[in-house]
Amino acid sequence: MTSTDSAVVEARGITKRFGPTVALDNAGLTIRAGETHALVGRNGAGKSTLVSILTGLQRPDQGEVLFAGRPAPALADRDAWRARVACVYQRSTIIPALTVAENLFINRQTEGRLINWRALRTRAQGVLDQYGVDIDAGSQAGDLSVEQRQLVEIARALSFGARFIILDEPTAQLDGPAISRLFERMRALREQGVTMMFISHHLEEVYEVCQTVTVFRDAKHVITSPVRDLPHDALVAAMTGEAAVAFEARARKVDAKAPVVLAVSGLGLAGRFQDVDLQVRGGEIVGLAGSGSSGKVGLAESLVGLRRPDTGTISVNGTVPRPGDVPSTLKAGLGFVPQDRHHEGFVPLLSIGENATMPIAHKLGRFGTISSSRRRSRAEGMIQQLDIKTTGPDQPVGDLSGGNAQKVVLARALSDDPSALVVINPTAGVDIKAKRALLGSVEDAAARGAGAVLVSDELDDLRICDRVLVMFHGRVTKELPRGWTDSELVAAMEGID
Amino acid sequence: MSDARTLKRPGAGLRLGRFRDLTLVPVIIVLLVAGSFVDPVFLTPGNLTNVLQQQSALALVVLAEALILIAGKFDLSLESTVGMAPAVAVMFVIPVSAGGFGLEIPAALAIPLCLLIGAAIGAFNGFLILRFQLSAFVVTLAMLIVVHGLQLGLTGGKSLFALPESFLYLGGAVWLGLPAAIWITGLLFAAGIAALGYFRAGRSLYAIGGNADAAKAAGIRVDRVLWVVFIVGGTLAALAGVLETGRLGGISANQGVGWIFMVFAAAVIGGVSMDGGKGTILGALTGVLVIGLVENILTLKGVPGEWKQLVYGAIILVALMISRLAGGRAQD
Repeated sequence: MTSTDSAVVEARGITKRFGPTVALDNAGLTIRAGETHALVGRNGAGKSTLVSILTGLQRPDQGEVLFAGRPAPALADRDAWRARVACVYQRSTIIPALTVAENLFINRQTEGRLINWRALRTRAQGVLDQYGVDIDAGSQAGDLSVEQRQLVEIARALSFGARFIILDEPTAQLDGPAISRLFERMRALREQGVTMMFISHHLEEVYEVCQTVTVFRDAKHVITSPVRDLPHDALVAAMTGEAAVAFEARARKVDAKAPVVLAVSGLGLAGRFQDVDLQVRGGEIVGLAGSGSSGKVGLAESLVGLRRPDTGTISVNGTVPRPGDVPSTLKAGLGFVPQDRHHEGFVPLLSIGENATMPIAHKLGRFGTISSSRRRSRAEGMIQQLDIKTTGPDQPVGDLSGGNAQKVVLARALSDDPSALVVINPTAGVDIKAKRALLGSVEDAAARGAGAVLVSDELDDLRICDRVLVMFHGRVTKELPRGWTDSELVAAMEGID
Repeated sequence: MSDARTLKRPGAGLRLGRFRDLTLVPVIIVLLVAGSFVDPVFLTPGNLTNVLQQQSALALVVLAEALILIAGKFDLSLESTVGMAPAVAVMFVIPVSAGGFGLEIPAALAIPLCLLIGAAIGAFNGFLILRFQLSAFVVTLAMLIVVHGLQLGLTGGKSLFALPESFLYLGGAVWLGLPAAIWITGLLFAAGIAALGYFRAGRSLYAIGGNADAAKAAGIRVDRVLWVVFIVGGTLAALAGVLETGRLGGISANQGVGWIFMVFAAAVIGGVSMDGGKGTILGALTGVLVIGLVENILTLKGVPGEWKQLVYGAIILVALMISRLAGGRAQD
């Protein structure tokens, strides 16, 4: 059997350069009909470039793409491409100001000249119903949740008639239950004969929904294998190019007499969470788990002053910062990593040095001046400590990969040597090596005597916690000490106990 | 026209969207009521026609800017086109003694030439913004100065009065009891509303302004559409210049100068987003009406010229606040 017999898509010897960077180096893959094929690799391995080549958005410098054994259509022929391959891109391509119906039929609203809005809406509702998406086609796309937008994108992708879909990190922004619903949908589509390419940083997801996995590393193809023949360690080794060391949360013992660095009592914010009591001691890492609507992020954002709670008190290091006021919370000795690093984490055009030392700018000079040499030396120390891959402290953070940018955000949080640390989803969208470095730094901070609150959607991240508080519908419903099992935690998050 | 009916009620989301376009309607009603108290002349057909005619040139520039803003771009140079395009066009026609170039081409060519100049300015803006990948704000800010400077240089800073009759016709004629300028502006707005409501090409402006990458992925030729929008914008501004010239009977060196603030004010209070992808032509039209009514009331009330600017600006702010409260969404 040659590979082309049942290959839905085949990329052969693809090379793509962007200036001096080689994004893909003679790489390729073959996806057979009916399979769900995972493409994994660290940030910068060339996955996104391959996606844009496979979807006809970019032309490879060398190599060719075949669909069902035939050469790919010309780049300008978008309709021909869309009949062969559909893609749910990492960045949403839903236009929020338009209705769902118009988003589904964008640039093909009508066969004729005039758009018949009623017919368009009926057609759109038909497409949504056909793929079991329970959304009113007349609603504004901007009002949809992330999950609903993704469903609209999937329905749109399929409505072009393509039987091959690329899902580029579809789970990155979804919470646990939404991910399970997505997987159910993917399985159902596979039963209908749809072929899929699935990209994810979460290896357990690969094992859950994929049959075959291809690993890219440093712009090259490393291995393609049936998922069941490639155990977790071997997969990680293929991605990182070194023997896998399973991430071992360090054994730590929290000193019961350590001072309480972060104390919360009776905290509540209407519509988000109620009656939260929490005490974090120095050297302790407390996890916060829960589904997207559990209120865990809202709670964490209240702790750092991004939101102002309606009731209750927060004290940091024994002092009570002004509620809802970030500067006074920082002054009390708290450092934090916000949920969305792009929005609240860093200023992309400013250098690493400037970003990382923002909260301690006042310590770098007198009378409002900032000594650039002192900033430089501080930043160099941080780069070394957190192993940030960069050309130097003057490189703009916007040029860094996701994992390294997140390290800068963490460096900023740690810059003032905080006694309390609040970290929200630190590992979202970062690769496995950066993930370890980030979690390791949180553990380092705890070892130095800081108390930390770690909010995460990823169970693996929470393994470094001494205990995990589970939130459900805005209340802390369970506390699990170290040593919990996945099923225990998930059950608590789902509220099934 | 079953289409028009469905557009009004195709679903909760879109219905809300339609309301958002019309948040200025209460403001307009308040202005009409207030105006009738200020002066009994206000509500007479003659006065209201007058308001419309005075605003028709500005309205065309608002239409142009609304198209460009919805597509997610920016054009400040439109106001300079309003003066420069007609000035240069008539200079090809009129004799040297009247301030012309001395070429004395047939007068019938003046209006087509004027529109062509407007289109060329738009095309050049598009060239710099799309091909050179420059910021639309800075490019058109420079072009605002360049185009106006060209007019000043060529006319020597003088006004042009001896204009061909045919050039003045559109701005002054009366068709079926209404000034031709109102008909022209009304028809172009109707065309704009139809294009952006019912045609794929028009809807692509929303896609481009809302998310250019998504538009590209959907097969829309983003650069080509944007270029056409800039060209249409420049042409509309030139036509606005023709109407204004006809209404005033001459081209002063300051024709169009300072309009761009009113243009943006009208578009933005009419619900067109500065970030692109949001707003409608109908909304922009309500914005123009608000501005026109305010101006008229201030004139009737006899507010001294020196204070007009202040009252004017303050009323725009109030209109913005009202439309924000009625629309319920943060202004972009």
